[in-house]
Amino acid sequence: MPENYEMVCGVETHVELATRTKIFCGCTTEFGGEQNTHVCPVCSGLPGVLPVLNREVVNLAIKAGLALNCEIAAFSKFDRKNYYYPDLPKNFQTSQYDLPICKNGWVEISVEGTPKKIGITRAHMEEDAGKLVHAGETITTSDESYIDYNRTGVPLLEIVSEPDLRSIPEVLAYLEQLVQILEYIEVSDCRMEQGSVRFDINVSLRAAGSRELGTRTEIKNLNSFSSVRRCLEYEVARQAAVLDAGEQVLQETRTWDEGKGITLSLRSKEEAHDYRYFPEPDLVPLVIERDWVEAIRATLPELPAARRARLQALGLSEYDARVLTSSKGLADFFDKALGGFDEAKILANWLMGDFLRLLNAQQVSIKESPVQPEQLAELLNLMEQGMISGKIAKNVLEEMFATGKNPEAIVKERGLTQISDEAELLRIVTDVIAAHPQSVEDFRAGKERALGFLVGQVMKATRGQANPALVNKLLKDGMAEGG
Amino acid sequence: MDLSALSAAELHTLLADKEVSATELTRAFLENIKARDQRIGAYLTVTEEEALRQAAVVDRRLAAGEKAGPLTGIPMALKDNLCTEGIRTTCASKMLADFIPSYDATVVARLREAGTILLGKLNMDEFAMGSSTENSAFAQTRNPWNLQHVPGGSSGGAAAAVAADEAVFALGSDTGGSIRQPAGFCGVVGLKPTYGVVSRYGLVAYASSLDQIGPLTKTVQDSALVMNVIAGHDALDSTSIPLEKPDYTDFLVDDIKDLKIGVPREYMVEGIDPEVLRVMHEAIRTLENLGAKVDECSLPHTEYAMPAYYLVATAEASSNLARYDGVRYGYRAANAEDIVGMFKKTRAEGFGAEVKRRIMLGTYALSSGYYDAYYLKALRVRTLIKRDFDAAFATYDVLLSPIAPTPAFKFGEKADPLSMYLSDICTIPVNLAGIPAISVPAGFAHGLPVGIQLMGKPLAEGTLYRVAYTFEQNTDFHRTKPALTGGEN
Repeated sequence: MPENYEMVCGVETHVELATRTKIFCGCTTEFGGEQNTHVCPVCSGLPGVLPVLNREVVNLAIKAGLALNCEIAAFSKFDRKNYYYPDLPKNFQTSQYDLPICKNGWVEISVEGTPKKIGITRAHMEEDAGKLVHAGETITTSDESYIDYNRTGVPLLEIVSEPDLRSIPEVLAYLEQLVQILEYIEVSDCRMEQGSVRFDINVSLRAAGSRELGTRTEIKNLNSFSSVRRCLEYEVARQAAVLDAGEQVLQETRTWDEGKGITLSLRSKEEAHDYRYFPEPDLVPLVIERDWVEAIRATLPELPAARRARLQALGLSEYDARVLTSSKGLADFFDKALGGFDEAKILANWLMGDFLRLLNAQQVSIKESPVQPEQLAELLNLMEQGMISGKIAKNVLEEMFATGKNPEAIVKERGLTQISDEAELLRIVTDVIAAHPQSVEDFRAGKERALGFLVGQVMKATRGQANPALVNKLLKDGMAEGG
Repeated sequence: MDLSALSAAELHTLLADKEVSATELTRAFLENIKARDQRIGAYLTVTEEEALRQAAVVDRRLAAGEKAGPLTGIPMALKDNLCTEGIRTTCASKMLADFIPSYDATVVARLREAGTILLGKLNMDEFAMGSSTENSAFAQTRNPWNLQHVPGGSSGGAAAAVAADEAVFALGSDTGGSIRQPAGFCGVVGLKPTYGVVSRYGLVAYASSLDQIGPLTKTVQDSALVMNVIAGHDALDSTSIPLEKPDYTDFLVDDIKDLKIGVPREYMVEGIDPEVLRVMHEAIRTLENLGAKVDECSLPHTEYAMPAYYLVATAEASSNLARYDGVRYGYRAANAEDIVGMFKKTRAEGFGAEVKRRIMLGTYALSSGYYDAYYLKALRVRTLIKRDFDAAFATYDVLLSPIAPTPAFKFGEKADPLSMYLSDICTIPVNLAGIPAISVPAGFAHGLPVGIQLMGKPLAEGTLYRVAYTFEQNTDFHRTKPALTGGEN
């Protein structure tokens, strides 16, 4: 960011709601599927069809609104947004204009430890459009274009932030927090790679310290955090260069060219669409009773911020708490495992370390983990009780990932139980002392390293199953006696 | 006996008693269509094979001992803006000249279920925009009472088919009078139900908040019989009213004693044909003689109904008709340069002049900067019109007015769109208020039928039927048959 300017940014986030069927018909919302197979007369906009609102869409919109600290409107309605584009079968999008279902909310973010509330202006329900596939580069340069209407009518929630964001890290923190919340409350799968979350960025620059707003540009249809970051880096530099040259930033809609890493003008303010919004006459207004809202509030899970605070209260660092709450799946796993093993810090280390390494190696999500939280807790209990050493526990965990077996069964099967029998260990320790007089000599001369070597010898003799703490004690005792 | 002149109720008795088969009946109507429709031009598509197939199915069922329902085996026809699975549905537009729907409108499915026989699809003003059926892209429909005159519109084909005995009944759609005015012009009974009583699913939309499907029939009784089939809640139409539907034939009683009827003075517009006025006065006397109390009343905001209608209806139409762009179905212009060019060329070539005029009007009314002055103001007028009716219905059971200021006019007589718009002055407020109204034959002027309009409270179709039935039972206008001639010399 050039130091003499301050960035002012707001984001419109379009997120696909996780309903089974589309917003105005019974077609499936499933991703993929052969082209134009998830369509019916209603979502393909045939003459004579009428929309019927899917109640589950409203449920999820209310849920999202509550999680984003919004007011839920008691009276809301749908409107038609009129514009011509071949991916839009009716040439209007059924959306919400002046009476959105959610408004006046906020999301708390933290950048380098500084918390900040980002306002949510509104969130409204709308239908998605179809997908265009061009024979060439774009619709204007192609001889032929094809349209897949499978996505047409998939429910979207458009979440509009206030222009409260002042830096690229703030923008990214906001988007990450927003996506995390939506995933947490299960209103969306937030599968970025499938385009189920898309961002429109409004950004302007102003002289540092100024209270006037500069002229903004809107960059449409970004679909990953890294695109947002790169796009903003480019656009901020571009606007700064325009202003540095004493020129005016033009109010316009721009598009992000991912390959070239630049933004390009799409249309100017003068060319901006007049959407001619008017109330959708084919749908009745939406009256939302308080009971409905409260029933949904009761289903809200603990949100990420509250969860982080709870984990920190258990003695975890802010970093650990952040990692563990980064996805609901991981946080739920942690909580479940904590039910069977209450040493939070040890559990966190294992979960964030070996467990995630093994999970990632298998390329599966935490929900599909072959090792259940109860099994991890059991493993850590075996370790804490001294039944197995930490080193053996790591091996057992690997086998658990490979076979899905319970840790206790693996330990028994393979005879891995730690030798804590003092008499047995003493016999081995005595042998080791007798066999390595030089090391004993060294230890007595104050060379601590010799002790490690001797411990290693005991471990070797016991195939690693000796209780390390006990071995240490017995060795020290043995060598002291011998002196 | 001329089977085709009978009402559905009369034909039902013959069918139930096995005095006539559905196939015979269907053939009689198909013959009438062949013999007369050259002159009348009511049909755009005749589904002869399909009709005979359906009739054969009905006959087999009846032979097997199945009881005939009130409309079983009754041949009927549909305005060509009602979607019929596998049967061309054109809206009388070049835009949909070859469009074959993949689904049935709810009313069509209900009529099929009731065992009716579909004879074909009927001419209309393109996308239901017009009052004379002159705006059809395909055919001219003539008034069976005088072939030099229009049948009215936009359901002109429906009214002419029923009047000329080319169908027992027909379904039309009414956005500003499109069932009632042609019914009046052709001397048949036309009902525009309360908004939300009949499902709009499968009716190609003109103006969604005003459109309503209804029957055009030879008698009031038939109207009730058809409503018994087509009315009732439909989960596919969000604006459909979730109500238990009555048996509409329960209201067919010959008694209007002490009923209060108001005659809104604002509907007796300047320029009303004196002969129409005479028919109105005779109808009032008849109703008074039958025991009703008739008074003049006022609907003070009537003069604003016309401009409000042409803003609301055209605004909705501009959006409803946006989907006809040549991309997915219907007409696509050849040799376009690019996608926007294709949109423009397709719509320029596919739509007729009146449709384009209304799309432009509506687009303008919704445009940024004009929305408040036009669309929003029109919605406020709509509220005032509703309040006018509410106030009148606090005193009166039904309101009575002419259907139109004149009987059917001649082709080309209303070349100026504004004079055509003004002919709908008596029917438009009803759609803005969403209330039910019925057109009943009440006399003749210049050898052409004249209808009167009865308007009721929301969901008071029953009361309208009661008054209309009583009037019909005590008059003979519905028994007179058209000559199917005129303009020969």
